Amino acid sequence: MNEKIKKNSFLTNQIQVSLKINAKNRSLTLDSRTSLLDALREHLELNGTKKGCDHGQCGACTVIMNGKRQLSCLTLAATCEGANVLTIEGLAKKDKMHPMQGAFVKHDGFQCGYCTPGQICSAVALLQEAKDGDASYVTADVRNISKELKLSEEEIRERLSGNICRCGAYNNIVQAFKEVHSADDEMPTWKFATKMQMKSAKRK
Amino acid sequence: MIPAKFDYIKATSISEAVNLLDEHGFDAKILSGGQSLLPAMKLRLNRPEIVIDINGIPGMNSIEETGDEVIIGANCTHTQILNSDMVYKTVNILHQAVTTLGDVQVRNRGTIGGSLAHADPSADYPAVVLACNAQIEVEGKGGKRTIAATDFFQGIFTTALEDDEIVTAVRFPKVAHGKYLKFYQSASRFAIVGVAVVFDDSKVKVGITGVSDTPYRATAVEEAYTGNGDAAEHAVDGIEVMSDHFADENYRSHLAKVMVKRALEE
Repeated sequence: MNEKIKKNSFLTNQIQVSLKINAKNRSLTLDSRTSLLDALREHLELNGTKKGCDHGQCGACTVIMNGKRQLSCLTLAATCEGANVLTIEGLAKKDKMHPMQGAFVKHDGFQCGYCTPGQICSAVALLQEAKDGDASYVTADVRNISKELKLSEEEIRERLSGNICRCGAYNNIVQAFKEVHSADDEMPTWKFATKMQMKSAKRK
Repeated sequence: MIPAKFDYIKATSISEAVNLLDEHGFDAKILSGGQSLLPAMKLRLNRPEIVIDINGIPGMNSIEETGDEVIIGANCTHTQILNSDMVYKTVNILHQAVTTLGDVQVRNRGTIGGSLAHADPSADYPAVVLACNAQIEVEGKGGKRTIAATDFFQGIFTTALEDDEIVTAVRFPKVAHGKYLKFYQSASRFAIVGVAVVFDDSKVKVGITGVSDTPYRATAVEEAYTGNGDAAEHAVDGIEVMSDHFADENYRSHLAKVMVKRALEE
């Protein structure tokens, strides 16, 4: 056996990891199998980050690690030595919500709320990606890409596609993002039915 | 879901990782981005006893240009490749493939070396490395060697890598004109059919992923190519086409021909 593998009667495959979570230094002794998600939820009582599929398909566990949004369910805690992790709990400043949180509330960017912490972390990271001019499927030419991208609705939907909302609050999520990203309070492309339309629909 | 028990080791050099692989053989597994390995371990489809993390190894995550090649370190994330000006300019077909790969969260962590070594039959990179004639640099106990992309993929999740070898880099020749097109499975964005075409004067090189359990060069299309999309009818000649609940054999064969035709007519 390699000398790097330390045996302990309690945890046969224990690892030690020190990292910064929401600006606080944390040191943990964990089973090597622990995902960052389980470390947050089970060991640090940071239950804001949600476990949806636990397989990297739904995005509910998205956190921001070293400035990049990542899936905490597909990240072993062991690999996070020295990392700087930002979770939903770290976004607000005392009683003041992060602008993205405020916009989600204002635009009703959720229904059941389970995917929301992941959605908001993803959206906050996307603000920075747009500032940095990161490329996407919709980018025409990386060479001409400008910093401070103003994202279209199509781009926002594409770039937030890693977060699934089973309730289908996507329209409101896009509106919330738009407001923070470009102070764009232009009405969404969908409209509520008029009273007349509702009446005629009921008659049928 | 929790994987079966394993010991975690963070390798600090390629030789350390190789020595560990040599020592533990089939019981060890290399962890790069982990975006495919961890789900497989959670489902216990994979139960390594030793997980060797190669993320901290210096010098494995750079993108460099040398003469007529671009060399991409195995630990480069998809995001790094996507945002590389050099890749965009010199191997644009690779940039095109990465734009369609997974979602941002996966692209921020998954790596090109990990994806190639994993050899998922529906992954995007295989089609591109095949069409580009890329060279895959590997290192093992016996030293370094280079494997041509055409020799690398040997079956479903199976490559030409020996038990003690890891992928260290991928060398792409510069490609002036290429096209990557895919018909993706709408939930996972994995390719049901992915087609990479590299145009070279009057010739083409065609790599296809998602269709067979092994990605392949569509040599029948390349031989029949006369400057238009007609050669696409040979897209699955001599190929055993996969069948699953997303697309059965007939539908997949048809899709392959349509996607090759569209890519050839670019």
